[in-house]
Amino acid sequence: MRDNPVFKIVSKILFGPIIIYGLYVQFHGDYGPGGGFQAGVIVAAAFILYSMIYGLEEGRKLMPDWIIRSVMALGVLVFGGTGIASILFGANYLDYSPFAYKIYKAQHLGIIIVELGVGLTVFAVMLGLFNAFAGFKPHK
Amino acid sequence: MIELWVNVFLVSLLVIITFYIMRLRRLIGIVALSGAYSLTAAAIFVNMDAVDVAFTEAAVGSGISTILFLAALRYLPVEEAHETRYPVWSLFLCGIVGLMLIIAAFALPEFGDPNAPAHLHVAPRYIEESYPLFHIPNVVTNVLASYRGFDTLGETVVVFTAGLGVIILLTGSTLSMRFKQSATSSDNQTAKFDEETRDA
Repeated sequence: MRDNPVFKIVSKILFGPIIIYGLYVQFHGDYGPGGGFQAGVIVAAAFILYSMIYGLEEGRKLMPDWIIRSVMALGVLVFGGTGIASILFGANYLDYSPFAYKIYKAQHLGIIIVELGVGLTVFAVMLGLFNAFAGFKPHK
Repeated sequence: MIELWVNVFLVSLLVIITFYIMRLRRLIGIVALSGAYSLTAAAIFVNMDAVDVAFTEAAVGSGISTILFLAALRYLPVEEAHETRYPVWSLFLCGIVGLMLIIAAFALPEFGDPNAPAHLHVAPRYIEESYPLFHIPNVVTNVLASYRGFDTLGETVVVFTAGLGVIILLTGSTLSMRFKQSATSSDNQTAKFDEETRDA
């Protein structure tokens, strides 16, 4: 099935638009439906599609395991770090108001950063789970 | 009115899918049907104007879960084990719990009732205050990331921990496991490993 040119070409055509759609969902979350959770899953789906058509090894070349594991932790760090940054600015934990002069600008900025953290973690966890399941070798 | 009939249609579709999931023995068919179940549930959420929930259900429930089930299916037999005996007591218990849930459902407030307890607590404040103050049209995102930032942080940590646990369990990146794998793959590496441990 993997050698079928239809799958290869269709997955090549779809790969970019899926990621762009994921980014749209990620950064448009405060205007329309969506946000970090959904966007992370959508972007992970693009990479999973690639792995399914071209094989797990090719997928691992595209997105190596060490990057996946680092991005997993990076997302939580971005979210938690935003809270620490609020404290350093003199506000409560995860209070976005000191990030800009106007309160709504500060909120927009805070929400975008926090959602980015969620998106990064969800993306890496989903892709990592798929790689772990697909590459699992049962022990004797 | 038309929304009601759309909902009736979708819920009966859910019942039919559930019935086929029970009847089927081939696991790949069951996985495909559970994906269809999630997609139908997402359509119900859209019909109830909960677009964000529907989006999540469609992406996670019918998308990623199906793919993960398919990936896990490689290590399972093609068909479910055939059950020969029929557990009467389990059926009895399921019947009673189902009956109780149906009775409880009658006590729920009507869908869209403005006087329902869920709509009287903090929801009016979110809806009235969030747009004039923050200029963010999607109240769901606003509640998620700014009013309930701690909850979302907790959810992210849960996703991270769960993913980490599964990845560590399945790839087995502990020292003893790595040692076992290298011992079976090549003797050369084992010797090197032995040298390193002796030096240490």
